[in-house]
Amino acid sequence: MRRKSMNGYLLAGLVLTGALTALILLGLVWTPYDPDAMLAGPKLQGPTLAHLLGTDSFGRDIFSRVLRGAGTTFLIALSTVAIGAVCGTAAGALTGYFGGVVDEALMRLNDALTAFPSILLALVVLSILGPGNKYNVVIALGIVFIPSFARVTRAAFASLRDVNYVKSARLMGASSGRILVRQILPNTVQVLLPALTIGFNNAVLAEASMSYLGIGVTPPDASLGYMLSEAQGMLTSAPWYALGTGGAIVLLIFGVGLMGEGLQRRGGEVA
Amino acid sequence: MLLVTMVIVSLLAFAAFDLISGSPAEIMLGTQATEERVAELEAELGLDRPFPVRYLSWLAGFFTGDLGTSYSYHQPVWELIAPKVGITLCLSLLSFLLIAAVSIPLGLWAARRSGGPLDAAGTVLNQLCMAVPPFFTGVLLSWVFSITLHVFVHGQFPDMGSDPGGALGYLFFAAVAIAIPRIAMTVRMLRSTIQAEMRRDYVRTAISRGNDRAGVLRRHVLRNALVPVVTFLAQTMAEIVAASIVVEQVFAIPGLGRLLVSSISNRDYPVVQAIVVILAFWVVLAGTAADLINQRIDPRLRLGGAS
Repeated sequence: MRRKSMNGYLLAGLVLTGALTALILLGLVWTPYDPDAMLAGPKLQGPTLAHLLGTDSFGRDIFSRVLRGAGTTFLIALSTVAIGAVCGTAAGALTGYFGGVVDEALMRLNDALTAFPSILLALVVLSILGPGNKYNVVIALGIVFIPSFARVTRAAFASLRDVNYVKSARLMGASSGRILVRQILPNTVQVLLPALTIGFNNAVLAEASMSYLGIGVTPPDASLGYMLSEAQGMLTSAPWYALGTGGAIVLLIFGVGLMGEGLQRRGGEVA
Repeated sequence: MLLVTMVIVSLLAFAAFDLISGSPAEIMLGTQATEERVAELEAELGLDRPFPVRYLSWLAGFFTGDLGTSYSYHQPVWELIAPKVGITLCLSLLSFLLIAAVSIPLGLWAARRSGGPLDAAGTVLNQLCMAVPPFFTGVLLSWVFSITLHVFVHGQFPDMGSDPGGALGYLFFAAVAIAIPRIAMTVRMLRSTIQAEMRRDYVRTAISRGNDRAGVLRRHVLRNALVPVVTFLAQTMAEIVAASIVVEQVFAIPGLGRLLVSSISNRDYPVVQAIVVILAFWVVLAGTAADLINQRIDPRLRLGGAS
């Protein structure tokens, strides 16, 4: 099979995501204005060179606010995916490789969990942990993403359990742990990488949705979702606020989505 | 299978809220409550009974319409929920129809023209549509159609009973916001499924025997590609429900989603519990309907899936 290491989608996605990541990292340490400072400029001004995305009804610089908000959203999505991917991969690897009763039981549980839409499930977990706290948002979303990663990895590990190179490693006396980590895991990367990009995008969406609803990240922490609900109130006077925050979410997801598309095509599977 | 899933789903929802630290009686009475008063109220709410008993009586309540009392509104949960169930189900059905009606023809069209710059542009457009969150589309739609064009009045949801046309018109915009990213995903899925099917031997044979391509696509490929597509569309129901929770907030639609969000903020657990289970049942029902439809399309599925 022909395997290209790079394609247009992957390249475009990497460039866009790289540029956004650089901007977001910059925003964590420096923003043009203090994101919360009132009267950083004239009130309700449209986009100008001094205020790239204009100002809101308090005279706050929207570009600085979007940078700060995107930082929060980005970090939450990253930690969420990290929790979901590590726990999910571990669970999927063990159940997929060893099988047995535990595997059966966990799969049934997994099936039942798919009946709950992910945001609904996250809302349930969040309402139990206590809404309005960013750490609880990370924990809630992290837990919610475990089953989907477990499902993907379980299938991959189960399909590679009896291939010849795994059998020979077993014959050579390699321990189960070594086989799982050294032999099988590297070969599931093709499945795992696209799953990571999808997971990241779902996390961005879920976090922004919950913060929009006012039960995710709440002030003083800024998040794109919360800012969009704030912007909705200023839709007539400052439409650029909503466009700026919404546009930032779209670009973030679009870039990672392109990367995912590229990775899937590179894997030779257009799903 | 349907029953088993529903029992597990309801058990999960019930157990999750049962684990919450802090008794609901204490939340209802506030911090100054005396211990005797808390014990009294717990007995009144039936919270002093063992877990399985409470679960079974709660489940029985589902069929008799007795879902307990809301902590914050102090009225029966069912009275609170009943007028909103219809609105949310209407919204999700409308979104579903929209997704099916737009994505199936579009997916077929996209599958026939693959390769070339147009295909690449389509893929990029597809990714872009998937990247637009429903609540952002909702904000944009209400900006354009409510504030600028005055097609509907944001925040004034027409009564379903007296003005069904107006209510559906209002819901339509919300459905569009929900549908756009899902349409993109369905088109993408349909396109790759059909293309994989087109590469099968029987298609090549049919075409080499002189059948025209459009006819083969309609008569053979579509029928075989339909099973995964129906399954996919049923899974879409879960995403629609999730998106409608948020979009109801954007358009100020008085449905289950809005009640759910406010109940979570108020820690009104009986209401949250009931809504979660109703929404999950709705998704399970969609999945079962898809299984039944698939068994009609593909008789082979009737052997294993009969239960």
